[in-house]
Amino acid sequence: MISQLAVQGAQMLVVLLLAPLLIGFVRKAKARLVRRQGPSLIQPYRDLVRLMRKEVVLAENASWLFRVTPYLIFAATWVAAALVPTFATGLEFSWTADLIVIVALLGSARFFQALAGMDVGTSFGGLGASREVMIASLAEPAMLLIVFSLALLAGATQLSTVAAFMGSPEVGLRVSLGMSLIALVMVAIAENARIPVDNPATHLELTMVHEAMILEYSGRHLAMIELATFLKLLLYMSLISCVFLPWGLDSGGTGPKSLAIGVAAYLCKLTVLAILLAVFETAVAKMRVFRVPDFLGAALMLALLGTLLLFVSRSL
Amino acid sequence: MNSTVALLLCGPAAFLATAIMAAAASRLAAATRLVYGATLVISAVMLTTAAGHLAGNPGEVSATLPLGLPWTGARFRLDGLSAFFLVVVNLGGTITSLYGLGYGRHESQPHRVLPFYPAFLAGMNLVVLANDAFSFLLSWEFMSLASWALVMAHHRDEANRRAGYIYLVMASFGTMALLLAFGLLAGPAGTYAFDAMRTAHPGPFAAGAVLVLMLLGAGSKAGLVPLHAWLPLAHPAAPSHVSALMSGIMTKVAVYGFVRVVFDLLGEPAWWSGVAVLLIGGVTAVLGILHALMERDLKRLLAYSTIENIGVIFTSLGLALAFKAHGMPSAAALAFTAALFHVLNHSFFKSLLFFGAGAVLSATGERDMEKLGGLIHRLPVTSFVFLIGCVSISALPPFNGFASEWLVFQAILRSPELPQWGLKVIVPAVGGMLALSAALAAACFVKAFGITFLGRARSAAAERAHEVDRWSLAAMAVLAALCLLAGILPGFVIDSLSTVTLPLVGERMPVQMAQPWLSIVPIAESRSSYNGLLVFVFITISASLAAFFIHRFASHALRRGIAWGCGFPDAVPAAQYTAVSFAQPIRRVFGGFAFRSRETVDMPAPGALEPARLKVEMHDVAWETFYQPITGAIDFTTERLNHLQFLTIRRYLTLVFLYLIILLLVLALWP
Repeated sequence: MISQLAVQGAQMLVVLLLAPLLIGFVRKAKARLVRRQGPSLIQPYRDLVRLMRKEVVLAENASWLFRVTPYLIFAATWVAAALVPTFATGLEFSWTADLIVIVALLGSARFFQALAGMDVGTSFGGLGASREVMIASLAEPAMLLIVFSLALLAGATQLSTVAAFMGSPEVGLRVSLGMSLIALVMVAIAENARIPVDNPATHLELTMVHEAMILEYSGRHLAMIELATFLKLLLYMSLISCVFLPWGLDSGGTGPKSLAIGVAAYLCKLTVLAILLAVFETAVAKMRVFRVPDFLGAALMLALLGTLLLFVSRSL
Repeated sequence: MNSTVALLLCGPAAFLATAIMAAAASRLAAATRLVYGATLVISAVMLTTAAGHLAGNPGEVSATLPLGLPWTGARFRLDGLSAFFLVVVNLGGTITSLYGLGYGRHESQPHRVLPFYPAFLAGMNLVVLANDAFSFLLSWEFMSLASWALVMAHHRDEANRRAGYIYLVMASFGTMALLLAFGLLAGPAGTYAFDAMRTAHPGPFAAGAVLVLMLLGAGSKAGLVPLHAWLPLAHPAAPSHVSALMSGIMTKVAVYGFVRVVFDLLGEPAWWSGVAVLLIGGVTAVLGILHALMERDLKRLLAYSTIENIGVIFTSLGLALAFKAHGMPSAAALAFTAALFHVLNHSFFKSLLFFGAGAVLSATGERDMEKLGGLIHRLPVTSFVFLIGCVSISALPPFNGFASEWLVFQAILRSPELPQWGLKVIVPAVGGMLALSAALAAACFVKAFGITFLGRARSAAAERAHEVDRWSLAAMAVLAALCLLAGILPGFVIDSLSTVTLPLVGERMPVQMAQPWLSIVPIAESRSSYNGLLVFVFITISASLAAFFIHRFASHALRRGIAWGCGFPDAVPAAQYTAVSFAQPIRRVFGGFAFRSRETVDMPAPGALEPARLKVEMHDVAWETFYQPITGAIDFTTERLNHLQFLTIRRYLTLVFLYLIILLLVLALWP
């Protein structure tokens, strides 16, 4: 019981501490790909500390909701990220929430973020919020259909069970899994506001979505939101790796050696995924906002097709 | 006669007595307080009686009164299903009366509301208690007429008159369908009592016809697409607390009618019944929420969102039917419990949201979101509870809307075990539609809350608004607390529903309250589980931790400044995003097939002084496809028949003579 709790606590701390490093690594890799030196790996930590030290400039019209939202977003994202198995499955509290709940927790975070965007009463906030909910209205059903396909295969929506099933030899190569993986990657790109859906580095008002919503945030509030954004990227990478690359996962209570293997495997997977993300982002250009529905519509169709195949036959 | 039933029948009688008293005394100053106080007490007594019955589980009890048709009498019965719906109706009635104590004082014409309000409550209670077709239909019509009178309370408004007219036509249509359905159920023997119908199993054709007629009759009252046209007109037209009753409670009475006939009286369902209900439910959910997204009238937005939730409920009922037809009682129990749980949840948050809309209306006099904004500063308590309602209805954890939608998704995941191919293809598609409608609902309520309560005030009325009275705030706070409680303790609700599901689908969900940490586990823990309480606790702890950490270590400095406006000073509030512009991206994505919408931009030539114009053309497809041809045909025939009014006496005599000859011929030729 105690060791289980310790693993759960360690996992919560690991995701929190690792998330800025992951972002730093992606930025570094992107910079190196275009032959720039790039900022140091620990730059995101420095940014967070600097933001914490700065004063908050609050817009005149901002209400209590605007000030509470950063904490809510952070809490919902952190809880969701802590429930995804990173290096060990069978966590003490993994039965608290299944994959559907994790998706919905991220939905809660987005709900409040969109509201906070509208709180100040500028056009940018409304613009960001309205585009964000449009993207979410397509990404969320796609994500749920992916959850359906996984649940149909593994017979569960519980992530630990899904990961254990995907690690077992009976899975094999399946068309539906391939479709789910592509759809999940597309959804992850959209959810994390990465290129080609949104540009995390842009500050041109008319092209941004995520940045437009948080335009009025500063200081410690912005730090919380940034940390939540980092956590979300880590969450999606952990999700992809625990479902589609389930090798080396510690299955709970098997001693320090297997835990060490789990941690090492997890770090390797994150590195590979981060490099892939950097290469992909460097290779493609951002698309127009109204191309995004086509992009996500394709993800939705792929996910639906994967689910339909499984409903027709379990062996596809 | 059983004492519980006697007590429950005293309730409607007391409501009717209150209605008569209100009609007599409605012009007195104290009438508002008296009427709502009386309905509050009566509903509370009914609520405790019904809840006691549901919890105590003493089976079913019935009573016959020497009323109604002389040779049958009026039969009433209380079983698990009616006890549950009595709880829904009277919980709504109690809290609405509490709200009415405060809100009713703003009513400009109380004598048009007060007599009909208790009558409406009496009608809904009697529908749920009725145990024969005659009492059921009579109560149903009484409920419809009482609510129609409430819709017409402010009849000087042209739009309200039109809403009332369409409502009346659709209500009559629905009752006609119900009458035919009961006629088929009664069979040639003409047995009106539900007990007799339950044992007489109709043939497959008659059973199919009854299902279709119930979808038309109960579905038109509940707001299934395409029979929903009256709902977004009539629900908002009534005073806000009555809108809450109509949207939150009366649609549930319609669901009760459907469940009573299809799950209880009809016996074993046909294999295709689940398919039909599933598809209609899914389409209703998506179209309802898309319409809601396009609305700029707050109350009408809420009415359209009711259509979406009815779609979710019917989808779940369709799943239960499909499982039941294929001999999977445990899955049917899961889907059926999910449907009933959503019935309860929707009654909570929809009443809460309509109360909030009523509070905004009484504080500003506006329903149009384009003229609101910034109310979070002026109505702090209302905006907080309205926010809880928005979070709940958007199916976000840890609130109650999520718990029931989660159960629906779990039920969908049981469907690969269904043997039938049609269902195998339809169920995942419907699951996708539900997921889509849930995501769109979140978008819709970001818009509803964001435009109404956030940002800057768009009109002088919104700028001058003041917080509403304490009665209204208390009613909304109770509902907000219920939304949270049902969300973090879903196991309690699921266990209370076991007495309802067991007789109707032959199975119940496993006991949930015995699970460690109050989780809910529909099938097995390795398969899926959800713990609303712990999710709530975790979010609270991590948010507090973050806040503590920030306040301990980070800078405390805070400065107010003007918002970033790209360097343009003093942007007017009209430059904010509006309800219509907020929905524009979604209109562009979904509008093409849902509304056949088209946007045209008139750009003046460079240098010209006239403004650029954006024109949006949208169609209500259901109205144009189903209703306009019918109204056109009726107009056409009445136009033709109109000549009959201006005939000479000779021609009338000829007509009568001809008619007589035809009748005689028919009689002569009849075998």
